[in-house]
Amino acid sequence: MLDDKDRIFRNLYGQGDFGLDGARKRGSWDGTKALIEKGRDGLVNEVKASGLRGRGGAGFPTGVKWSFMPKQVGDRPHYLVVNADESEPGTCKDREIMRNDPHLLVEGCLIAGAAMACHAGYIYVRGEFIRERERLQAAIDQAYDAKLIGKNNVHGWDFDLYVHHGAGAYICGEEMALLESLEGKKGQPRLKPPFPANVGLYGCPTTVNNVESIAVVPDILRRGAAWFAGIGRPNNTGTKLFCISGHVERPCTVEDAMGIPLRELIETHCGGVRGGWDNLLAVIPGGSSMPLIPAHQCGELKMDFDGCAALKSSLGTAAVIVMDKSTDIIRAMARISYFYKHESCGQCTPCREGMGWMWRMLTRMAEGRAQKKEIDMLFDVTKQIEGHTICAFGDGAAWPVQGLLRHFRPEIERRIDEYTHRAEAAAVRVAAE
Amino acid sequence: MAVRRVAPPEQQPKEFSFTADNLAWAKKQVEKYPPGRQQSAIIPLLWRAQEQNGGWLPEAAIRHVADFLDMAHIRALEVATFYTMFLLQPCGTKAHVQVCGTTPCRLRGADAIFDVCHKRIHHDALHVSADGNFSWEEVECLGACVNAPMVLIWNDTYEDLTPESFEKILDEFAAGRKPKPGPQVDRQFSAPVGGPTTLKTVKA
Repeated sequence: MLDDKDRIFRNLYGQGDFGLDGARKRGSWDGTKALIEKGRDGLVNEVKASGLRGRGGAGFPTGVKWSFMPKQVGDRPHYLVVNADESEPGTCKDREIMRNDPHLLVEGCLIAGAAMACHAGYIYVRGEFIRERERLQAAIDQAYDAKLIGKNNVHGWDFDLYVHHGAGAYICGEEMALLESLEGKKGQPRLKPPFPANVGLYGCPTTVNNVESIAVVPDILRRGAAWFAGIGRPNNTGTKLFCISGHVERPCTVEDAMGIPLRELIETHCGGVRGGWDNLLAVIPGGSSMPLIPAHQCGELKMDFDGCAALKSSLGTAAVIVMDKSTDIIRAMARISYFYKHESCGQCTPCREGMGWMWRMLTRMAEGRAQKKEIDMLFDVTKQIEGHTICAFGDGAAWPVQGLLRHFRPEIERRIDEYTHRAEAAAVRVAAE
Repeated sequence: MAVRRVAPPEQQPKEFSFTADNLAWAKKQVEKYPPGRQQSAIIPLLWRAQEQNGGWLPEAAIRHVADFLDMAHIRALEVATFYTMFLLQPCGTKAHVQVCGTTPCRLRGADAIFDVCHKRIHHDALHVSADGNFSWEEVECLGACVNAPMVLIWNDTYEDLTPESFEKILDEFAAGRKPKPGPQVDRQFSAPVGGPTTLKTVKA
């Protein structure tokens, strides 16, 4: 288990003051000016050296992403946009950062702004996080009052930070949809390229980062890239907030080292799987968009990007959804399909129509009211959605269904058999009457 | 995709305009965005209009906000129908309950919370109860999965619910009081029940 001194989120549960005084006691805003004076290249190189990979799901190296911004600021201003549209089912980590330690994020925004020559930043908070938004705004107001950010601040880098919010669209967590939404339109993703580093918010160079990616930056710079790189495994460095929900004794959000074995994570922090480890059926390791991993593979699962990829899944947002043997796995995945049907933006046909197909077929399969050949048909549908849409939403909706078919096909077939046998018995009775 | 339409004409108020306070607030919001980009403020403004109107968004308000931001009405209508937090028909006056029905909450017993809604409020979502005080709807993940099952009522979340504690919360709203938000069991936000396993050596 990670030592307390290596934790970045030291007020994760709101034990202390969320405000400026509390944040200063925890070490925030300490020597920020010296960090900013490292300059653009100094900051970007340090973040690259730390091996920090984006915490929003895709795991793209944050320092590399920052380096895509134009070297010279031309006619168009640079923008930093922070993606706080946390809506992936299972995920509730950014919420804790925004309501309990918002100054980590505010300071991170200033530093990231300096690293990419941005003088303005927008934080796009999901609409449902109303109290979290108020907390974040309060922290930003404190930072303005103390001249930590804004024009002519004490750090020598002018930076304005604004809180914006959405209104309940999951798709706005996709960076291009987020930018559309921030411009006051429907959140329908734009085609890439051009990438946001060239043409982003208001047509200007923009970088979109997850809350957690930005919030860990001040600590990385203060303690040094080597410290962060020394936690976890190569290519999977640092600490991570894990949200463990579902069938564990004590669900919680907790910060631990990348690469922690799943079993250790659940047993140390959550009191184990409900009914014991042997009662485990499957886990979804990284939010609902990632394929599930069945129990017999969970023993070897290491919770980092490469560990999950080795089992054909992905770390995603590190939101672990645990399902024990009492779970109706087909119904659980059908509900996830319903989520994607509800949240599809409707722009690309394979996604708009395919989500409904997948949900309806899975709902029938949960009852057993299907033909066995439809299992292959369903797989075919997922393959026709995956990779054929503008954004990654289609992939994220197809993968969990593929995961179900990969690991639980016998269960689907069993249920179809059961239903068919029942139907025959009923038919005989009707005929006899 | 959700197909959403504005409420029928007989439910729509004839007029809507921001109160003086909200108008001043709206003008401040527009300043957050570069000149000429006032359209960016549409979601916050529609949300404020919905709050002013008692929790739902009438067509007159959508037109009012569109005019304020110098947008075509249809662009504002697109936004209002796309984002599902804009409630386009009247809701309960004392509480509109948004119940999370996505898999993590379902695994922890959200089904029973829905049963309470069916029994106490209305059989169908988005229908106002007989006394006009309550309504409910099923929403997708609200981002409090480690505190499942949970509901959002107005601006606050009520977490770690059981059917009994959820009924108590509804009782409080029915009596015109405001129950304590957050976890309804003994735990600190998202820390495990029984106390955190980490951060024990960190002084608050």
